[in-house]
Amino acid sequence: MRATASNGAPARGRPLSPHLTVYRMRRYCLLTSFSNRAAGGILSLGLPLFAYWLISLASGERWYESTHAVLGHPALLAFYALLLLAFAYHLIAGIRHLIWDTGRGLERAQSRTSAWVVIACSLVLAGLLIWWAMSRAGGPALPAAGASLSPAHAASIARAPA
Amino acid sequence: MSGDAEATRRSALGQVRGYGSAKEGVAHWWTQRLTSVALIVLGCWFVVSLLALPAFDYVTLVRWMRSGWTALPLILFAAVATWHSELGVRVIIEDYVHEVGAKTLALAFSTFIHVVIGAASVLAVLKVALGGPP
Repeated sequence: MRATASNGAPARGRPLSPHLTVYRMRRYCLLTSFSNRAAGGILSLGLPLFAYWLISLASGERWYESTHAVLGHPALLAFYALLLLAFAYHLIAGIRHLIWDTGRGLERAQSRTSAWVVIACSLVLAGLLIWWAMSRAGGPALPAAGASLSPAHAASIARAPA
Repeated sequence: MSGDAEATRRSALGQVRGYGSAKEGVAHWWTQRLTSVALIVLGCWFVVSLLALPAFDYVTLVRWMRSGWTALPLILFAAVATWHSELGVRVIIEDYVHEVGAKTLALAFSTFIHVVIGAASVLAVLKVALGGPP
């Protein structure tokens, strides 16, 4: 491959930055890099759902209550748990990437250690978030309108500006 | 290259165009980093404040979104998350879709969808936040 043409400009067919087909990834790199991408993809799939939820809220009470069958469907409840797992992983793996961007932790031994730290921390965080979501008063399902209010709930509504 | 004679007939600008840095190469990278830093805060805020709500019924959620302390970060979260997602999905498409036509279509589709989702989310929050009593 010629580095430059005769006019001094780089020749066509100049080197490309390493990408998937030419870059040989190590096991840990592949594991964490691919799963970070997959987690981001899952979170992207959550965005249309997020928009649908906001739009149904903006469409009024009757419309919002009618979406409970959709938003509270068992398959979507499982997807919410997957979203929390993806959020926890993408958050912590993303922080690892930001640390790498400062030039720190790039040695193989460091990156191997941090891969396990990311996996452990994100599993713990995901477990805590999913446990919190499932242990909320009223359970994981979306309670219907007019459900009886807990004293704390009633107090929080009373405090909120109308 | 097609030959030195052709190269010398071309203007100086024509010779360098398409060959290298126009100082925009890091824009995608930098925007992805900026949005990711913002999303550390906004994403944690969204998940925690949503899970901390006593219920997910209409009245609770509308009262939550009416508060300025919710509406502003929720709008920022919707916009920045959609932006970050567009940047991320763009890289995935660029890496896995190699055929030029399919890649262009996929990238255009992704951008359109992301803009619609972002705009609709922000509009929905504004409508609830600025609306009348629930």
